[in-house]
Amino acid sequence: MPADTPRSFQEIILRLQAYWGAQGCAILQPYDMEVGAGTFHPATTLRALGTRPWAAAYVQPSRRPTDGRYGENPNRLQHYYQYQVIIKPSPPDLQELYLGSLEAIGIDLALHDIRFVEDDWESPTLGAWGLGWEVWCDGMEVSQFTYFQQVGGHDCHPVSGELTYGLERLAMYVLGVDHVMEMPFNDPAAPIPLSYGDIFRQTEREYSRHNFDGADTAMLLRHFEDAEAECRRLLAFDPADPKAGDRPNVMVHPAYDQCIKASHIFNLLDARGVISVTERQAYIGRVRALAKACADAFVTTEAGGGA
Amino acid sequence: MPDLLIELLSEEIPARMQPRARDDLRRLVTDGLVEAGLTYAHAAAFSTPRRLALAVEGLADRSPTLREERKGPRADAPAQAIEGFLRATGVPREALIERDTGRGAVLFALVERPGRPAAEIVAEVLARTIRDFPWPKSMRWGAGSLRWVRPLRGILCLLTDGAGAEVVPLALDGIAASGTTEGHRFMAPGRFAVTGFEDYAARLRRAHVILDPAEREAKILHEARSLAFAAGLELVEDPALLTEVAGLVEWPVVLMGEIGADYLALPAEVLRTSMREHQKFFSVRNPRSGRIERFVTVANRETADHGATILAGNARVLAARLSDARFFWESDLHTVRTVGLEGMAEGLRAVTFHNRLGSQWERVQRIEALAREIAPLVGAPPDLTAEAARVCKADLQSRMVGEFPELQGIMGRYYAAAAGLPEPVAAACEDHYRPLGPADRVPAEPVSIAVALADRIDTLAGFWAIGEKPTGSKDPFALRRAALGAIRLILDNGLRLRLAARPGPFRTAGDLVGPRESDQGPSHASETDLLAFLHDRLKVHLREEGIRHDVIDAVLAMPGSDDLTLVVKRARALAAFLATDDGENLVQGFRRANNILTQAEERDGVEYSFGADPRFAEDPAEHALFAALDAAEAAIAPAMQAEDFAAAMAAMAALRAPIDAFFEAVQVNAPNEAVRRNRLNLLHRIRALCLSVADLAKLEG
Repeated sequence: MPADTPRSFQEIILRLQAYWGAQGCAILQPYDMEVGAGTFHPATTLRALGTRPWAAAYVQPSRRPTDGRYGENPNRLQHYYQYQVIIKPSPPDLQELYLGSLEAIGIDLALHDIRFVEDDWESPTLGAWGLGWEVWCDGMEVSQFTYFQQVGGHDCHPVSGELTYGLERLAMYVLGVDHVMEMPFNDPAAPIPLSYGDIFRQTEREYSRHNFDGADTAMLLRHFEDAEAECRRLLAFDPADPKAGDRPNVMVHPAYDQCIKASHIFNLLDARGVISVTERQAYIGRVRALAKACADAFVTTEAGGGA
Repeated sequence: MPDLLIELLSEEIPARMQPRARDDLRRLVTDGLVEAGLTYAHAAAFSTPRRLALAVEGLADRSPTLREERKGPRADAPAQAIEGFLRATGVPREALIERDTGRGAVLFALVERPGRPAAEIVAEVLARTIRDFPWPKSMRWGAGSLRWVRPLRGILCLLTDGAGAEVVPLALDGIAASGTTEGHRFMAPGRFAVTGFEDYAARLRRAHVILDPAEREAKILHEARSLAFAAGLELVEDPALLTEVAGLVEWPVVLMGEIGADYLALPAEVLRTSMREHQKFFSVRNPRSGRIERFVTVANRETADHGATILAGNARVLAARLSDARFFWESDLHTVRTVGLEGMAEGLRAVTFHNRLGSQWERVQRIEALAREIAPLVGAPPDLTAEAARVCKADLQSRMVGEFPELQGIMGRYYAAAAGLPEPVAAACEDHYRPLGPADRVPAEPVSIAVALADRIDTLAGFWAIGEKPTGSKDPFALRRAALGAIRLILDNGLRLRLAARPGPFRTAGDLVGPRESDQGPSHASETDLLAFLHDRLKVHLREEGIRHDVIDAVLAMPGSDDLTLVVKRARALAAFLATDDGENLVQGFRRANNILTQAEERDGVEYSFGADPRFAEDPAEHALFAALDAAEAAIAPAMQAEDFAAAMAAMAALRAPIDAFFEAVQVNAPNEAVRRNRLNLLHRIRALCLSVADLAKLEG
């Protein structure tokens, strides 16, 4: 295990990939859609359902439109990276495995104070909840650690253990950087050293304006309705698919893409400030209904352990 | 007499759940043991973030053998019935006893339930305790079905006596009980065996775990005080935080750090709240300036660098947090200096208070109008009061309160001062939320009182109008607390105001809210209904003072019951009166008079309410009563007028002897009809006089 300190953001990511790969996780790639958190990746949301064992780890670019600060805030970004690990059933030594990952990225457990502080996780849009902790390193939250109890309204059986690392925050801590934009993205000794800011300062400025002022709300409202309708339409198909042979073929993943889309559109509308407090709950309920419908369908499929 | 040691080792147990979990473990296990016939001498429970432990001393080594006689069928019952009885009791036919019960011979079986060894009972009780443990929230993990607060990793269950320690055989969902445990996760990894409670606690200590939460608390408090003292500072004590922090560590190491100079100018409440809520830090104050200058954090381990890395990390996290807080503070100050607090309050237009009661901004408008009306009643200048009401909720729009909702009001006061508003307005921004709970102080400044009352009366009138009254244990809008707040504001300040007068505060509040959509259609808050709710809360409030609810009912029946200060004054005088001999006997006399009179009136179909004439008096006691009533009437009316209830009660008490003597000497229902009528009319004078003080008929006897 390399105990030396990494030199860049990407080195931390690469070390996490190597570590969890060595622990037997499938190293997946980010999902190719706009999501609010790594949990939305079907590799987590859907694969946490059903009885089949599963172990995956991946980086997920995540978007929180309301967190845009035009690249000025040292810690807040509207686009950031999460590192996500999901293992089903949760192994008995998951805490130890997790601590090993901190060592892998250069945190010396003999010098730091690592704490598991109660934090129950709930995603109202996914109809999901779990119990676990936020993990503190010297008072700094470096990860979320959750045992999924329910996803899409379904009890999880077996239970998945989920780890989420907020990569920028964790890396800033490990690298000793105070402003995210100053963090080295690649090796500072590289011929062309690039900072996080070199890559993302401009996009943060542009997207902050887009999220708060630019996005066309009338269009987004329409697209929300479209995604919702499409999700339901896809799930309403007869499972029998003559082109695919005898086995039923339910379009769960395509439908779930629409659920993801609706969720992101809702986040954008929220950032644009056009959703009132009362409407908010209603929108969240509509996305949750989609997530639930997808979960209901997934558990009937082969991957969901139902066929 | 063996001792029992149980430890349930798990992943980290939330700190807030540990105190109750200790009690539950002790109660469930010891109750289970006793129920199964095992007595014990002493039991104590402990917790750390990773374990719950229970030590039971002096446990019986077996449960006693129990013998019980069970009645069966008659001796001449069909063979089938007798066989059934044999099967049920497990007793052979020849062992049955035949006895004549007076209704023929009946079979009895002597059933013996042999005692069982402690280990067997402990295993059963512990398995049941784990399965049924009342965690506020529990979970499953892995592929198992067991539930615990977080994954359960080990069960230690030992019975120890002179001969040595024995592991109680027990397995749950793949976890087998053992005689081993683990120490500190980082400082002493690995398992070790223990032989009993003392050995367990001592080995844990060597493995960097202090088992007893009280000891961890004491250690943290002592070290934190010492560190602060050595720096010439003092710890801001916080018992709830102390308990929480002691539940987060197995091996507390107290570290003190500096708050960056850039942040020392932040209000003390902001520093304290940010450090406490986000970082679970204690605040350390300079006793001379009152400023918070340092923080104390509690780590869970010792390190080779004596905590230097940990402290530096914590200080960095704090600096990031406080830099946010300072940004909020400065941006809020900029707002109030440019657009004023009223400008900040503009944003309340977009904040829904309740979907059927409009926005916060509309609510502020109502509070302003109502406060302006209440102001003269409480001695506050109306314009200043209205100004205070207009800005009292402005800080809800500040960035600081957005981040720390618990600072509402406190920030308002700072921002009002920064905006150059008069001191009573700034004070009202904070104090109109008071009293926040039974232990909180009640504002005494008239402007604060007027706004605070208006706030609560608007809340009550609003939720009344939409039909959201509290029912049973459900009070989602904390209306009982709002009512109690209004009551305390009035009573503690001795305010004299008629809440239900027309015009008056309730009527105005109801009109300001106007008719609103409720589940039963549009409705309007009614003054009488609101007053009845306040009276109910008043009874609860006065019960704590020892005043009975029927005493309050007796005074509520009097006019002016919407003047709560008057009601309480009356109730206290009546309660004091009833505590005397005279009072108690007078009530008896009143009841007697009232009963006789009521019966006579019912029978005769008339009301005896006029013209008792001393000329028809026959007995000296009757004459004396006339004289006493004359004297009492002369004293009571002016005393009541002057609200000197003690004097009125004393005058009433003077009637006791004459009334007693009257009933002793004469028969009311005399044969002579004229005499009888006169006496009934005399009784009426007693009744009317007493009722002019309080409705004594409402008293329970």
